[in-house]
Amino acid sequence: MQGRRRRELGIQALLAAALLAALWWLLDVTAGNMAERGIRSGFDFLRDPAGFAIGESLLPFDSADSTWWALAAGLANTLRVALPAILASTLLGTLIGLGRLSPNLLLRGLCAGYVETLRNIPLLLQLLAWYFVVTDLLPPASAALQLGPHVFLSKSGLALPWPGGDGGLLDLPLRGEFGIVGGAALTPEFLALLLGLSLYTAAYVAETVRGGIQSVPRGQSDAALALGMTRLQMFRLVLLPQALRSIIPPLTNQHLSLTKNASLAVAIGYPDLVSVANTTLNQTGRAAECIALIMAVYLMLSLLTAWLSAWLERRTGRWVERS
Amino acid sequence: MNLPNVAPNWPAAIALLVLSLQFPAAHAGKTLDQIRQRGQLVCGVSTGVIGFSAADSQGRWNGLDVDVCRAIAAAVLNDANKVKYVPLNAQQRFTALQSGEVDLLSRNTTWTLTRDASLGLHFTAVTYYDGQGFLVPKKLKLGSARQLKNAEICVQSGTTTEKNLSDYFKAQGIKIKPVVFEKFEASIKAFFSGRCQAYTTDASALAFIRSKEAPKPDDYVVLPELISKEPLGPVVRRGDDEWFAIVKWVIFALIEAEEYGVTQANLEQMKAGSDPAIQRLLGSAEDSGKLLGLEREWAARAVKAVGNYGELFQRNVGSASPLKLPRGLNALWNKGGLMYAPPIR
Repeated sequence: MQGRRRRELGIQALLAAALLAALWWLLDVTAGNMAERGIRSGFDFLRDPAGFAIGESLLPFDSADSTWWALAAGLANTLRVALPAILASTLLGTLIGLGRLSPNLLLRGLCAGYVETLRNIPLLLQLLAWYFVVTDLLPPASAALQLGPHVFLSKSGLALPWPGGDGGLLDLPLRGEFGIVGGAALTPEFLALLLGLSLYTAAYVAETVRGGIQSVPRGQSDAALALGMTRLQMFRLVLLPQALRSIIPPLTNQHLSLTKNASLAVAIGYPDLVSVANTTLNQTGRAAECIALIMAVYLMLSLLTAWLSAWLERRTGRWVERS
Repeated sequence: MNLPNVAPNWPAAIALLVLSLQFPAAHAGKTLDQIRQRGQLVCGVSTGVIGFSAADSQGRWNGLDVDVCRAIAAAVLNDANKVKYVPLNAQQRFTALQSGEVDLLSRNTTWTLTRDASLGLHFTAVTYYDGQGFLVPKKLKLGSARQLKNAEICVQSGTTTEKNLSDYFKAQGIKIKPVVFEKFEASIKAFFSGRCQAYTTDASALAFIRSKEAPKPDDYVVLPELISKEPLGPVVRRGDDEWFAIVKWVIFALIEAEEYGVTQANLEQMKAGSDPAIQRLLGSAEDSGKLLGLEREWAARAVKAVGNYGELFQRNVGSASPLKLPRGLNALWNKGGLMYAPPIR
């Protein structure tokens, strides 16, 4: 046994070394070829000023700031849309998934219709449709709808009062020359992306939830009801804990795809990581470096999500055992 | 309007990256041999900029940049139709040229220091002097770009445009918000739906956007300011000086032909004329082709195929085209413009 185990470890180490060597060789040949053709390479451009502006940013950003800060602002924008969309899609998806199991025929039909429509239309088309609907329907910025004191809605987005601003507790949006000035603005790009991602992913989440619940044998719910539990108790104490085990892993996949799908933001003008990296790529011509950066960041995001989900899985595992 | 291309384009960029991994091909002096061997010039063009490079409903490519490719194919292969066009977006273009996927990039590309000095490329000559401008709705009653304070400005990514925009308004001390789209179609759709107060790109494209894409062209106006210099021209890979010279001199020959009044129509007459400069250009006296590794009639063939620079301009972007752009900076040097070719002798 001992010998076999050692042999297996040896083979694995050899494979890993071969993989690393192949990777090293690829990088070396690429760098060599690029140098020979007079193409500058390296990541030194990250310290240079970005030179371009970013339309909306969570992090304070100015075109004189460095390129890596621009990319960080892009990443912050990606997270700014991905995290709320993950929450919204999970909530909505769970409701729709439960709706598909409802005894009510109309509700079941509606939920099934939602799932089939939303997941069968490419996400990019949905995003563009949402975006153009949003921008076509809303009034121009010069004639913004006033929804409340200092809350305006227009083609420029939803303007809200926000803490901070120049000398004041609240930065209040006011009518300016072209539209609304000041406050925090949720742009149509952001709103369309958030809406599109949430609704699209919710369809997949719904199927995951439905499948998870249906995976619990019928006998379990029958037994619970026979013990005199109410339907709610049966669901909370018997069905859900068992269903969660098969729901969480595919749910993680949905959250991962949502984060990656957020890169479609470039199509509708939202300055996410890919959009900023694209612009950087164009200004600097460092194609290999920019693509590598995008890949590394998405890999890290995905690993982080997967790690979080594994942690959640362990916790629900313990919870299931207790209940 | 076409729906924007559905595939995000960075997978394509990765494919190009992988292409660039191939072992170094021997370059020096080889581009011309390769073109002759395959009987085809491979030309990188845009994915569709009317007047410069755009495919029509039958899939035929037209435009000023396309005619440059045709002229070079005529000079090198004696057939202007032996060109394969590879449509490239702004992100792909340099990698495609660097990796050898195209022989020549003729794709409304601005000549800048960074590009010339760090991408392993050479800009050959300027075929169009452009500048960045603004299109705004008339109802905003704007007379100058300096009035665009706090305005949202729609722009397509992947060009020098975003940087110019930021530089210009920073210098003016004015804050603006760019709304950056990856695809041309999405950017103009957003602008005409009223999402932005202004649209910015090169002035040549603004004229087209106003006349062809606006719901009512008269509702829009181009502001007087040009905020940047955009010299556009074909680009070749470094490491092949002979090919670099050929591309450069075919363009010079087209400009020189206009200066001497040689046109597609009067070419044969001119060949038989008595002006020594024209004789040299058209190869009826000295053999200038020999020096470039081309045949004697290289320049005559180029002019025969696409006309002189003036004809090419009028047909694609000038008065005989839907764009109706004035010659402006692109007139010959002796007619108040900047088009000046070194002498062919």
